[in-house]
Amino acid sequence: MSETILDVRGLQSEFRIGGRWYPAVRDFSLAVAANETVALVGESGSGKSVTALSILNLLPAVGARIAKGSVRFGGEDLVGLPEKALARLRGDSIAMIFQEPMTSLNPTMTVGDQIAEVIQIHRGATRTAALAEALRLLEEVRIPAARQRLHDYPHQFSGGMRQRVMIAMALACRPKLLLADEPTTALDVTIQAQVLALLNELKESYGMSVLFITHNLGVVAQTADRVAVMYAGEIVECAPVDEIFARPTHPYTEALLKAMPRVDRDTEALEPIPGQVPAITRMPAGCAFAPRCPLRAPQCERHPELLPLGPSATHHLRCRVRAPQESAA
Amino acid sequence: MSDRPMDRQGSGALVVRDLTKHFKLGGLLSGKRQLIRAVTEVSFEVPAGHSIGLVGESGCGKSTVSRAILRLVEPDSGEVVFDGIDLRRASRTAMRKLRQRLQFIFQDPYSSLNTRRTIRQTLEEPLRVHRLGSKAEIRDKAEQVLAEVGLPPESLQRYPHEFSGGQRQRIGIARALVLNPELVIADEPVSALDVSVQAQILTLLDRLREKHRLSFLFVSHDLGVVRHFCSRVCVMYLGRIVETGPTRDVLDKPAHPYTQLLRDSSPVPDPGHRLTLAKHDGEIPSPANPPAGCPFHTRCPHKLPVCTDRLPPLKEIAPGRSAACHLFE
Repeated sequence: MSETILDVRGLQSEFRIGGRWYPAVRDFSLAVAANETVALVGESGSGKSVTALSILNLLPAVGARIAKGSVRFGGEDLVGLPEKALARLRGDSIAMIFQEPMTSLNPTMTVGDQIAEVIQIHRGATRTAALAEALRLLEEVRIPAARQRLHDYPHQFSGGMRQRVMIAMALACRPKLLLADEPTTALDVTIQAQVLALLNELKESYGMSVLFITHNLGVVAQTADRVAVMYAGEIVECAPVDEIFARPTHPYTEALLKAMPRVDRDTEALEPIPGQVPAITRMPAGCAFAPRCPLRAPQCERHPELLPLGPSATHHLRCRVRAPQESAA
Repeated sequence: MSDRPMDRQGSGALVVRDLTKHFKLGGLLSGKRQLIRAVTEVSFEVPAGHSIGLVGESGCGKSTVSRAILRLVEPDSGEVVFDGIDLRRASRTAMRKLRQRLQFIFQDPYSSLNTRRTIRQTLEEPLRVHRLGSKAEIRDKAEQVLAEVGLPPESLQRYPHEFSGGQRQRIGIARALVLNPELVIADEPVSALDVSVQAQILTLLDRLREKHRLSFLFVSHDLGVVRHFCSRVCVMYLGRIVETGPTRDVLDKPAHPYTQLLRDSSPVPDPGHRLTLAKHDGEIPSPANPPAGCPFHTRCPHKLPVCTDRLPPLKEIAPGRSAACHLFE
């Protein structure tokens, strides 16, 4: 077993609505090993982005809190770490890229200066040295004519190129962990394929770990080593990528795959999932998926735990029907 | 035109011939003068009762085609013939009558619904505008259409913001259906939705298409969705159709190198088939400045000398299949 880079245990993040605290992420435990890509997959409202923000301690200061749990990274618990220490980590050993690069880039600075700034702040390099490094990074993410483009502003780049700039900036300090929140969702499919290929390649050459957040199961299959499926704030199934696509076991994972029209084969009958994700203010007491689940049984009234499936140590499941959990009651 | 078949199935075919729309941008006070060649000489047919897909990436002109057909943008040249009537020469009154038979479904139903009107007002308005029935008949029709798209009757008193994305798209569909159209033009109708809700809407459209014998022009960037919904597909690149044929054949054995790239870039939920596309690093050129010759030659792995100076015509390469590529000459 290789070294664990990120170890999240029992995380619970809550939002205050009408004077009460409601959990948006519950009982979330996930470890990411060195040089591993873990995909966090789920639909809107599943809590995947809140999880990423919790890891970085970037939840809004008012109306949101981490109520329970720990986020261990490099031997420290990031929960409760002073803001100054967190600011040192962000952009340095933990980097992040988001869905819409234009909102994360400063429109009034050239891209060269923005990348150089990261290196100056975290590494104390001179501006000249930092700009030289910025150029090397732009070449590494394959921006054509990088030397000229160093002095361009973000609006002069296309969507795909902006995301490459974001990736260059994220790589500037050779992070151990990259948090990528829907990094290709806003891109056209041919450009998405390029960016995914680039990310896979850079992950290898930099030896990074990646936590890849997406709603797209196709993208998951392209990039992940391991997959955690989230529903209504919880991980409902977690397994190595081959295993989860070959043997999707949670009824929700199974239903997601059956609801997705595929480009490579005919899907005569799509099977939609009836209903919708429950609001965090109206979470069912038992299994959160039960109201939409075709396998719903009396035992689903009690909340299921995430437990290893059979003798497997790698496949975990939160379902009382598919993995009876008498002892856990 | 004289011997127009009277039965519904024979009528209502849409024929688009050499449709062209170029936008002029800039001028005196607003920067560089540019000509955006959004759509150039696009021809295709939607036979009555069929669903035709229009696919391509951002800026390929697919949305402009869908809007130019209904003259939501006025085309520069070309013919749009519906049921034997040339839409571009139709008078205002004739166009008004035709708009009952041709309806539009938009990607983002929220921005296309009036936020200050109840769903009842939204659904009844087109009927009143076209004077289709008495007050009581109009009320009944609105209620009946709402039930058909799977929304409860109490929704009629509500406002658009009270609904989720999927429910709003149901309202968008109800509004399109209320006039009993023959042809529906749907521009990315499921792109903004989560997979599970997307499947609900696609199944709903499937059912309505069958029941009302609707024809569809279905604009999408998602090849999986198009494969599910459309019997034939037109692939667009930089304002032109580069390939057309039965959807299954085109996606299983693409002829045009661009279709091949699009197909290979579309992620498949199968970790056994990972993308290997690092070679394709090209960007989509701007429609303001399309390359000379074949528009795809800047990204094409099979480029021949002829491709840089001569535009390949769209021609038949097999029964029912056409491609615009010098490889087939």
